[in-house]
Amino acid sequence: MDIPKSFLGYKRENGRAGTRNHVIILPVDDISNACAEAVANNIKGTIALPHSYGRLQFGADLELHFRTMIGTGKNPNVAAVIVIGIEPKWTKRIVDEIAKTGKPVEGFHIERTGDIGTIMKASKKAQEFSQWASEKQREECPLSDLWISVKCGESDTTSGLASNPTVGNLMEKLEPFGVHLCFGETSELTGAEKVCAARGATPEAKEKFMKTWSAYNDFILKEATNDLSESQPTAGNIAGGLTTIEEKAFGNFQKIGNLKFIDVLEPAEEPKKGKGLYFMDTSSAAAECVTLQAAGGFNIHLFPTGQGNIIGNPIEPVVKLTANPLTAKLMKEHVDCDVSKILSREMNLSQAGDELIKTMLRVANGRLTCAEALGHREFVMTKLYRSA
Amino acid sequence: MSQPDLIIHDEKDNVGVVVIETTKKGQDCSAWIMENDKTVKVSSMNEVPLGHKIALQDLKEGDTILKYGHDIGKVVKPIRKGEHVHVHNVKTKKW
Repeated sequence: MDIPKSFLGYKRENGRAGTRNHVIILPVDDISNACAEAVANNIKGTIALPHSYGRLQFGADLELHFRTMIGTGKNPNVAAVIVIGIEPKWTKRIVDEIAKTGKPVEGFHIERTGDIGTIMKASKKAQEFSQWASEKQREECPLSDLWISVKCGESDTTSGLASNPTVGNLMEKLEPFGVHLCFGETSELTGAEKVCAARGATPEAKEKFMKTWSAYNDFILKEATNDLSESQPTAGNIAGGLTTIEEKAFGNFQKIGNLKFIDVLEPAEEPKKGKGLYFMDTSSAAAECVTLQAAGGFNIHLFPTGQGNIIGNPIEPVVKLTANPLTAKLMKEHVDCDVSKILSREMNLSQAGDELIKTMLRVANGRLTCAEALGHREFVMTKLYRSA
Repeated sequence: MSQPDLIIHDEKDNVGVVVIETTKKGQDCSAWIMENDKTVKVSSMNEVPLGHKIALQDLKEGDTILKYGHDIGKVVKPIRKGEHVHVHNVKTKKW
């Protein structure tokens, strides 16, 4: 297949391009959700991103909270941002960082004004942003403007056999076009950690990966009462035929094809070494992982599933594929790309990779994903430890 | 290129994955090895559903299960060729 050299995206002030044109209402903290949701309800063409945290966090946990908030606002799929927090200082910190992209952003704090006054002020600005963003047009953008993240979920053995290798095939075909790529799921590489580390493009990348994986594994060994056998593999994984974490890990690892990763990112960290594949330290829980990757700046997501994970994200479109013929049949409304014919050998891996490229580009050009059409907007913070 | 009943990732693997809705007891299954494009036969001892694994050889307690050509866990109960391989007879070596 001749791979198209471009897609239709929204060009942003900082030179990046989005596959979506969202105006978001971003609450800094849990208690500002009501206000943010009221504004989004008032003003059409905006979406609120409610979440559960943002108060009395500290240290690395607070830094991750800010990185996630700021990264979400900076993501090129976002045209403009309204930030609403209880206090002025943290609100301003987020606004100032998002403003560096050059996109319209305005902050509001609730203290000493109350919800109703804040909702009125923020709604007026949100209306201005929404109407402004509605005039933005899609333009031709090079494929290298695609930042593609990947994560699998409700995996079964068909994931490792076919849907994950299909993603790997896409990666191998698109890497030469200069795209950014990202995989994560630290705990889910357990058993394949040495094989994965060997894929580091440099000794530094290899070492950084092993350090990241070991830190996570030590944490599990410290906190787990027995082992992770209730969670890794999950009951869904086991029903689908996956027996051990090692089996799941080798299946998971098929998503990167034969590529090497150039760097290891902190959760929600933006890549800084240019085009190529990155590993991000993330949870293996779907919504947490995709939220972190979106905050890292990724603008389209590929999600292979076995038994049928239904996740979506408010700003990064999640393209779902499955190789499980039962899932493709029973959960059709969640499947953007059906590659189950690989199992019956009516389709080979390269053909499946081409199908996924076509589907992904249609979504990049504006086609709604199944998750978007069904209203999935899971925005989930990763919490490193207890709040103060 | 007929439809296989089982797919095996790597020539070294001692398990194959069922890719039809379910195998029948005593069914003579054709297993396609992805790595070298060869096909081998194995008789399924149980009804094994889509996505689940079947042993390609007799295995004893302590043996290693190989899939993708890699170690994916240890045998905790003897397994006969053609038998269903899953959490009842295989455990992780991690955690």
